[in-house]
Amino acid sequence: MTDYEAVIGIETHVELMTDSKMFCGCPVDFGEAPNTTTCPVCLGLPGAMPVPNAEAMEGILKIGTALDCEVAEISYFHRKNYFYPDLPKNYQISQYDVPICHDGSIAIDVGGEPTRIGITRVHMEEDTGKSIHMGGGGRIHDAEYSLLDFNRSGVPLVEIVTEPDIRSAEQARAYGAELQRIVRTLGVSDARLEEGSMRFDANISVRPADDPVLGTRAEIKNVNSLRSLQRAVAFEIDRQIELIESGGTVVQETRHWNEETGKTTSMRSKEESEDYRYFQEPDLVPIEVSAEWRDAVMAALPELPAARRSRYQGLGVDARVAGVLVEADELGALFEEAMAAGGDPRLIGNWLSGEAVAWSRAENTAVGASPLSAQHLVDLAAMVADSTLSASAAKQVLGGVLGGEGSPAEVAEARDLVQISDSGVIEAAVDEVLVAHPDAVEGIRGGDMKPIGFLVGQVMRSTGGKADPKQVQQLIRDKTAG
Amino acid sequence: MPVEIDIAKVASLARIALSDEELRRYGEQLGAILEHAERVQQLPTEGIPPTSHPVPMTNAFRDDVVTGSLPAEDALAGAPEAEDGYFRVPPVLGDS
Repeated sequence: MTDYEAVIGIETHVELMTDSKMFCGCPVDFGEAPNTTTCPVCLGLPGAMPVPNAEAMEGILKIGTALDCEVAEISYFHRKNYFYPDLPKNYQISQYDVPICHDGSIAIDVGGEPTRIGITRVHMEEDTGKSIHMGGGGRIHDAEYSLLDFNRSGVPLVEIVTEPDIRSAEQARAYGAELQRIVRTLGVSDARLEEGSMRFDANISVRPADDPVLGTRAEIKNVNSLRSLQRAVAFEIDRQIELIESGGTVVQETRHWNEETGKTTSMRSKEESEDYRYFQEPDLVPIEVSAEWRDAVMAALPELPAARRSRYQGLGVDARVAGVLVEADELGALFEEAMAAGGDPRLIGNWLSGEAVAWSRAENTAVGASPLSAQHLVDLAAMVADSTLSASAAKQVLGGVLGGEGSPAEVAEARDLVQISDSGVIEAAVDEVLVAHPDAVEGIRGGDMKPIGFLVGQVMRSTGGKADPKQVQQLIRDKTAG
Repeated sequence: MPVEIDIAKVASLARIALSDEELRRYGEQLGAILEHAERVQQLPTEGIPPTSHPVPMTNAFRDDVVTGSLPAEDALAGAPEAEDGYFRVPPVLGDS
C-alpha cells in the first residue's frame, strides 16, 4: 500500500469580546432575546454608515503580534458579496488582498517533534447572524423556513489562516489548542469552541508521501471542540485515503462533521462556484498602523504560553508538567504564587500536575475550589527538603490538605507521617531487617548490590514509611561493607 | 468595440430576475459603461499609486462604547415576515 501524507490548513474565526460591535454601538451581548441588540448599521439598512471599533483593531493587532506576524502599514476593508440570509447587507465587511497582519507562525510540539505552523494571514471582519432552521427535523436541507437573529451580526471577528503546514490530526489539535491559549492569554476573547466564540474550519487533502503535487482538498466545518477537530481531521484523512485506494477521486467540497456519528458528510451546496466580487468598502477609509502603534502593542503583550512554558522549564520543571501548568489557569496561578514565595519548582510542579490533577478528577472538584494554597505547597516542599517528610509521605499529606484535613504540618501530624529523626530508632530497624535477611546481606558482601533496594523497602515497611530512605540506604551500605 | 459581458450571470449573482428584453437592454447599457472603463484603462498610469479613497484620511475609528440598539419591534418593522421576534425567511437551500 502507498504511504500517504496529509496536508492540512486551518482557518479559525475568533470573536473579540469588545463592549460594542465592530462597526456600530450595539452591545456584544450573548443570550439576549432575539433581535434586541441590532441597529440600522448591523441590520444593513439603507444609508447606515459603519465606523470601526478602535478596541477591536487593537485586539487584532495583539493577535497578529502574538503570532509573530508582519503588520501591514496600510490595509483596507473590502466588501465580500454573497447572498445568505444570516448576512443582512448581502455582503460582509472583511479584508481581502491586504490583511492587517500576515506571515506569522505558531510553534507546536507533538510527540517531541517541534514544528512551526505558518500563519498566512490574520484579518478583521464582522460576524454574521444566527439562523434556526424550522421543520424537517431542524436540518438545513429539509427546512421549511428559517428564523434569523441578528444579535451576533456585526460582532468583531478575526480570521486566522494557516499555511498548509499541518500533517496530522494530532498536530491539528495541538495547533488549535495553542492558538486558543494564546488568544485567551491576550484577553481579547474567551475563545470558547462549544459556544462558537472560536470556530475552526479545516482544509484537508492527502497525497502519496513522495508526491510534490497537492491532492484535492475538502473543507470540514462544524467542529465544536479540540477533540472533534482531531477526530474530524483523522476521519477525513482516512476517508480520502480509502477513497483513493479503492479507485475513487476526492471531490473539492465542504463537508459537515457530525459529532454523533463521528463522520463527515458532503454538504450538497449549489454547484456554481462562489464569486464574491470583492471590492474596497467605499464607506471605510484605510487602516494605517504606525511603527509607534505596532511597537506599543508589542511592548504591552503579556507573557505568551510558549514563553511561560520555557520559563518553567528553566526552573527545572519538565516539559510535560510545564504544559499542564500553563494549560490550567488555577494550577498556573498556584504555581506562580508558590514560586513567588520561594517554593521548590520541581516538586511543586510535579505535585500540581500529578496529585492535584488526579485528586481533582477523582473528586470532580476544581483544585481552585479546594483549601490548597500556595503557602501549603511551599511549606510541604520545605518539609521534604529538611527530611521531615519523605517524598511519598508528602504526597499523602498533599491529599489530606486537598481534602480539607488542615495545613501540611497538621495533616502530617494527624496521619503520623513525620519521618523518624531519631537515628537510633532507624538503626535498630535496619539491624532487624539485616538479621531477618542473611542471604541478601551475603549477596551484597559478595559484590551483588541488587538486594540493597529490597532491604531499603523492608525497612521502610517496618517503619511505616517514616524513615528517610536515603539514610536507610546509607546505613545498609555501611553495615554490609567489608 | 462593444465589450462582451454575460449579463445573465451578472443578474443571477445579484439575484435579480430579468426578462429577455431587460437582459438585452441592460447588457447594452452595462456594456457601454465597461467600454468607457476600458478607455480609461488605456491612460498611462505608470508610477501613479492606485487611489481607493479620494480623501487622504486613515483610521477613522470610534471608541468601544455601547450607544444602544433598536427595540426588536422596530428592527423587525421592515421585515416581510417575522415570527417570535425573529426574521422569517424562505428555506436557505431551496431552489432559487
